[in-house]
Amino acid sequence: MPEAASSKIPVTVLTGYLGAGKTTLLNRILSEPHGKKFAVVVNEFGEIGIDNDLVVGADEEVFEMNNGCICCTVRGDLIRIIDGLLRRKNDFDGIIIETTGLADPAPVAQTFFVDETVGAKTALDAVVTVADAKWLKDRLKDAPEAKSQIAFADVILLNKTDLVTETELKDVEMRIRAINPFARIHHTQRSEIAIDKVLGQGAFDLDRITAIDPDFLEGGHRHFHDEDMRSYSFATDKPLDPDKFFPWIQELTQREGANILRSKGILAFKDDADRFVFQGVHMILDGDHQRPWRADEAKVSRIVFIGRQLDAAALEKGFLSCVA
Amino acid sequence: MTSQSSTPSSLTSKLRRLDLGGAVVGLRFLGATAGFVLGEGEIVLVDAEETRVEAHKGAVLSVAGDDRRLLTGGDDGRVVATTADGAMQALFEQKGRWIDQVAAGADGTVAFSAGKTAHFLPVKGERKSHDFPSTVGGLAFAPKGTRLAVAHYGGVSLWFPNAQAKPEFLEWKGSHRGVLWSPDMRFVVTTMQEAALHGWRLADGGHMRMSGYPSRVTSMAFTAGGKFLATSGSSEAILWPFASKEGPMGKQPSMLAPRDVRVSSVAAHPRDEVVACGYEDGLVLMVRISDGAEILLRAPDGAPVTALAWRGDGGALGIGTESGAAGLIAF
Ligand SMILES: [Zn+2]
Repeated sequence: MPEAASSKIPVTVLTGYLGAGKTTLLNRILSEPHGKKFAVVVNEFGEIGIDNDLVVGADEEVFEMNNGCICCTVRGDLIRIIDGLLRRKNDFDGIIIETTGLADPAPVAQTFFVDETVGAKTALDAVVTVADAKWLKDRLKDAPEAKSQIAFADVILLNKTDLVTETELKDVEMRIRAINPFARIHHTQRSEIAIDKVLGQGAFDLDRITAIDPDFLEGGHRHFHDEDMRSYSFATDKPLDPDKFFPWIQELTQREGANILRSKGILAFKDDADRFVFQGVHMILDGDHQRPWRADEAKVSRIVFIGRQLDAAALEKGFLSCVA
Repeated sequence: MTSQSSTPSSLTSKLRRLDLGGAVVGLRFLGATAGFVLGEGEIVLVDAEETRVEAHKGAVLSVAGDDRRLLTGGDDGRVVATTADGAMQALFEQKGRWIDQVAAGADGTVAFSAGKTAHFLPVKGERKSHDFPSTVGGLAFAPKGTRLAVAHYGGVSLWFPNAQAKPEFLEWKGSHRGVLWSPDMRFVVTTMQEAALHGWRLADGGHMRMSGYPSRVTSMAFTAGGKFLATSGSSEAILWPFASKEGPMGKQPSMLAPRDVRVSSVAAHPRDEVVACGYEDGLVLMVRISDGAEILLRAPDGAPVTALAWRGDGGALGIGTESGAAGLIAF
């Protein structure tokens, strides 16, 4: 239902480790003359330099759903805040959620799939991560949150590029690619970027999953094979059997959900003229038939996981066993 | 199972239609006057005439009250009491905070919360405050006395604002949102973030898990005398039996007024064993619990019913919807 989807209020999540330039980006978004009004959910008051009466302070209260699973976490305060904001929905065009530097983006994202009211009226647009070109490599070593923020991102601002050499920049970009081959990476200084590269991304919109072409930089994969957080991509040109695929992916995400941060797939099922697309956050999966395969399109099923400590051989074997 | 009754009787011709111009988020009768609270800050008081007042500059986040005063909490940081004549009094104000919950106690006492902090306002004397472990999701006075049930993550705290003692904690994992005491004060029930209710039997701390809903329960009410707890969230009104000392455990709920759309709001008649059920398509029925007999009160118009309230004497019902189309029906 594209019509229903477009009437939802878009939500952008801004993440980034302390000092990377997240608040600078937020202030830029708010001050640009785009004629749009945003409700902003922040964690530290006083940092926003722009007058905006729709700034709401959040508590970052994460709670576990009552299903006994550690990855099924939700930001309860966000449900409350968004419920409240929706009561004045004519007042703004979008919602921007700034998380603290130490936050895991997953509970924020999951909130939009778990709560019915929030999911009916708003749509997660993209997770945007601001990373410090000079210090990201160190943070990836010592801060698991920084790693999750990179792994989770749809858009990454590799910021402060003026403080590093060309070689250093290439190196840090390779590290990012080893973890997350899909995010659109933009090189920035002082978080300067065109607003349309950050907002309106539709990263969680099934209709906008066009292709899954992991952008593996030459050697990136091999070089960083010791990374505990990385991506896994598998493909087959043989049609899949939906009766094999759905039980497999469901069992996999139930069992390994805590270790799978994001997943995405474009699938060709046997005797099915339509592309089937899906995307997931930990255990939460969202999928649908998208559109007919075009004549000029190779009917290749491709699936990708970004996660930690996953058994690549077992994943591949499992995926290929879904061939019809 | 289809309804066995013949064509349901209808009282839709008696419905007085109101166009309030904004989503109704709460509704209470102040004597003979119906007070409709709109999400964007206005209150419309309806008797023979319509009086419109602006209680909040901003969104109304919570609504409570007794038969004299309508209490509202807003994102403007204010708690406002409004009477039937349209007079308003700000009971509290804290700029930059949201008043998430309000509750009305016996004899004019008031409670409200902002984030993790709950406040108690006696009629005379000092305001009392308490910080709970996480954001307050629901607030309810016990039917008698000044004990408050405070819902938050991980359970419910029972707080005596006038006592020094630490609140008693009823634990159950998950996020608890709405909270309600049974009229006999034997049970406390919460609506959860999950599509379920949780209850505690206060005598022995026994747990009551009420699940099986297709969606989150957002509206619940004890029927006259407390025999049943009527709830929304399913495509019929689900009524849990609370007449026995054990509560509903091991018993099947009654399911009334089944349709193919979900119940979004319920209100129990103050005297008779009758509930009003509003659905997500705007239809409203009155249902007799004993035999399930239905009377149609409002035809569907597509907008979910967001608020239902009976007049104190049970002689009239108010109806509010998300589109602002509302109604009053006197019997
Ligand atoms: Zn989980």
